Amino acid sequence: MNNIPEIEIRNLSVTFNMYDRGLRQKNIKVISNLCLKAEKGEVLAVVGSSGSGKSLLAHAIMGILPKNAVVTGSMKYKGLDITEKRIKDIRGKEICLIPQSVSYLDPLMKVGNQVMIKNNKSCFEKMRKAFRRYDLCENSEKLYPFQYSGGMARRALISTAEQTEPSVIIADEPTPGLDRKMAYRTLKYFRDFADRGKAVIMITHDIDIAVEYADKISVFYGGTTLETTRAENFIKGEKYLYHPYTKALYNALPQNGFKAVKGFQPSPYEVSEGCIYFDRCDKRQEKCRGNIPVSVFDNGSCFVRCIYGHSV
Amino acid sequence: MMTIKYIIKNLIRMITLLVAVTIFSFILVTSSPIDPVQSYVGAGVAVTPEQREEIAEHWGLNDKPIERFENWFENIIKGDMGTSLIYRKPVSEVIGEKFQSSMILMITSWIISGILGFVLGIIMGVFKGSFVDRIIKTICLVISSTPTFWIGMMFLMIFSVNLGWFPTGFSVPVGVSADSVTIGQKIYHAILPAITLSFSSFSNIALHTRIKITEIMESDYVLFAKARGEKLIDIIKRHVLRNALIPAVTLQFASISEIFGGSILAEQVFSYPGMGQAAVDAGLRGDIALLLGITIISSIFVFVGNIIANILYTVLNPKIREGGVYSE
Repeated sequence: MNNIPEIEIRNLSVTFNMYDRGLRQKNIKVISNLCLKAEKGEVLAVVGSSGSGKSLLAHAIMGILPKNAVVTGSMKYKGLDITEKRIKDIRGKEICLIPQSVSYLDPLMKVGNQVMIKNNKSCFEKMRKAFRRYDLCENSEKLYPFQYSGGMARRALISTAEQTEPSVIIADEPTPGLDRKMAYRTLKYFRDFADRGKAVIMITHDIDIAVEYADKISVFYGGTTLETTRAENFIKGEKYLYHPYTKALYNALPQNGFKAVKGFQPSPYEVSEGCIYFDRCDKRQEKCRGNIPVSVFDNGSCFVRCIYGHSV
Repeated sequence: MMTIKYIIKNLIRMITLLVAVTIFSFILVTSSPIDPVQSYVGAGVAVTPEQREEIAEHWGLNDKPIERFENWFENIIKGDMGTSLIYRKPVSEVIGEKFQSSMILMITSWIISGILGFVLGIIMGVFKGSFVDRIIKTICLVISSTPTFWIGMMFLMIFSVNLGWFPTGFSVPVGVSADSVTIGQKIYHAILPAITLSFSSFSNIALHTRIKITEIMESDYVLFAKARGEKLIDIIKRHVLRNALIPAVTLQFASISEIFGGSILAEQVFSYPGMGQAAVDAGLRGDIALLLGITIISSIFVFVGNIIANILYTVLNPKIREGGVYSE
């Protein structure tokens, strides 16, 4: 397992440069010090609450952030830096994004036509094959997006990733709005992608589903990843999870007591030093205000960003 | 079925509109201070009160306005729009003649303004915030807030008077008999007025298209197209044009009314003998029959333009065309 990860992100920060009242400029850091690793044949679930910046992470990798965004840190694909120029060549080919809703389909274009990246025979055949794989009938190729149900749209969006042979698939919130059965069915597709040797990054806020289908879970909070751990640790129990926030998340699940932690996720407008979870943490110490060390475990594939490390 | 019902509904609407327009313009014309008899005989010519009375009696000017309207309306339904006092010809004939030369003007400028507006709108929208966008936007804003007649006068001064590239007026050369006028000469005379006229509406179309394109460029589906590695030119071809065309076409047909209004001013400046000039003359000289005739024809013209816009919208937009929702 000492391969180079398909995607490796280190200390990624995304800052938006915007105008405050009048002409004063203001910087808002929406993602800070984010670390992430996606490996071949694995599903990595990035789990976090709404507004934690999960979608921006996907957009940052794909190089489709708005112009006023400043990205720092390192992003690597197959060991090489993802530069602005390089991502233009590989996005849609080697790295595919699967967006979340029907609004990502052109409303005036027949779905079959827009799934095809180019209007030629091989693309057509790939589209047809993908539609069959995802239970979309031939009839639905000729329909417009507004004639699709939410589940159909999602499957059409998934089939866009079958136009090329990507090695990385980033799925942004693939399950909301789907019923349990459809959600499982959708996730099964991502599991299949991974089983076919691709690296899958799945951005979601549904922990239950993530635990069932993912290999690793990355816990995302306030614009950064606090812990990456193996999915089974969420089943094994609280003591296998290290970060206080991850533990709190575990205990907040209905089957584990439904316990809520007071407070809110800090907004990107509140700039703070040190641990992002400081205000809500019950084990906080004075040194949590300083630099937080990252401790790595599980042969370097998992980590936790907490002063207690993975020893607790 | 939908379409037939739609067309019938709109026809009824058009008829009621026309009746309203005729009543309203009839009231306006009859209450105008211009004495049709005096304007008919001319300012300097003296007529005895008896003669005057005779003319008035002959034209039915002594009847009550209601009766006159009924009389005129009856004839209109039969297709007789009356006789023009200025031209001493049936109104339908005068309008037919004037309409033809106006049409050349309006159609050329309509096409120029449509294409120019759409292309400029796309350039501005796609490169929003860039230097090019700012320059074109400023030009469009300046032009759309400049009166047509002023632009016409500027063009006349620059291109006809100073540079001498184009004639200063009329639709045919002076001193040439009507039979020997060539099409080339007609086109040559129509160029400057047509350009002036297209200036009145292309900037609006461009600015509207710009906003629409900006919306499209910021949409989720264009973002996704980018993420799929589509190049800017592909995105424009595949998504932007398609989505911008429906509102642009609608706007283009709705702009017929603007072109029509603008043509009156443009024709005035270039002494171009079209509908616009005929309307002004008819108004100033109390030619009620001609004025009302022009009013009716132009209302039909504008109304039809708007209906075409609506129908095209339903035909082009799949959401309306294929209203049904398909489910598994």
